[in-house]
Amino acid sequence: MKDYTLSDAHLVNDYIKGDEGALSILIERHKQRIYSFIYSKVFDRDVSEDIFQDTFIKVIRTLKNGKYNEEGKFLPWVMRIAHNLVIDHFRKGNRMPKFEDNGEFSIFSVISDGDLNAEKKLIKSQVEEDLRNLIQELPEDQKEVLVMRMYRDMSFKEISDKTGVSINTALGRMRYALINLRKVIEKNNIVLTN
Amino acid sequence: MAKFYFTSSKREEKQLVPKQSTVDFLLNYSKALSVIDYKNLKFETLLN
Repeated sequence: MKDYTLSDAHLVNDYIKGDEGALSILIERHKQRIYSFIYSKVFDRDVSEDIFQDTFIKVIRTLKNGKYNEEGKFLPWVMRIAHNLVIDHFRKGNRMPKFEDNGEFSIFSVISDGDLNAEKKLIKSQVEEDLRNLIQELPEDQKEVLVMRMYRDMSFKEISDKTGVSINTALGRMRYALINLRKVIEKNNIVLTN
Repeated sequence: MAKFYFTSSKREEKQLVPKQSTVDFLLNYSKALSVIDYKNLKFETLLN
């Protein structure tokens, strides 16, 4: 059982010599003060946890590297590290302003991630597959016009040149193709939504 | 004379301590970290 009445300087020395238990006592002894100090500056539990963790990572690395030379002043030294990390946190915050959701207005209600997630990608590919199958059911002349217009992005002028029919006929075929597609979709209760 | 009543604007935080998981992480990090001296150079290694 470790002696909990040992001074900080003694524990730091023990820790440098390889006694891991000494660090545990140091953290237990000072965690409340250091954490409260950080929280009093940032007012955010998660950020406080992060800064507390980074503070002690710095402490551990410094001690293990043998760079610690402030014997007897362990807590002020740790507090200074925490203070510097809090400043770093706010500097970072100034470079990248944080939008806080305070219930009144959320920036995320007006901006969204335009990319489709995995589920939506899957639904999209299924919808497209269903639509391709439906198009195959259309009469040949209508299917030809629809494919040229929608998949090959051709103008009705180009379609009329290619198929040898007038532009009006091509437009009419496109119109009937869409009407027929809608009819088939309604008749079979096919859901084509993403 | 009118009395003034003050209420704390901030919610009282009773237990301002880091999570146990954070403390455990630090203790494990400390155990895993070793510094090797080699000709005036120091190498940090993290062993899991």
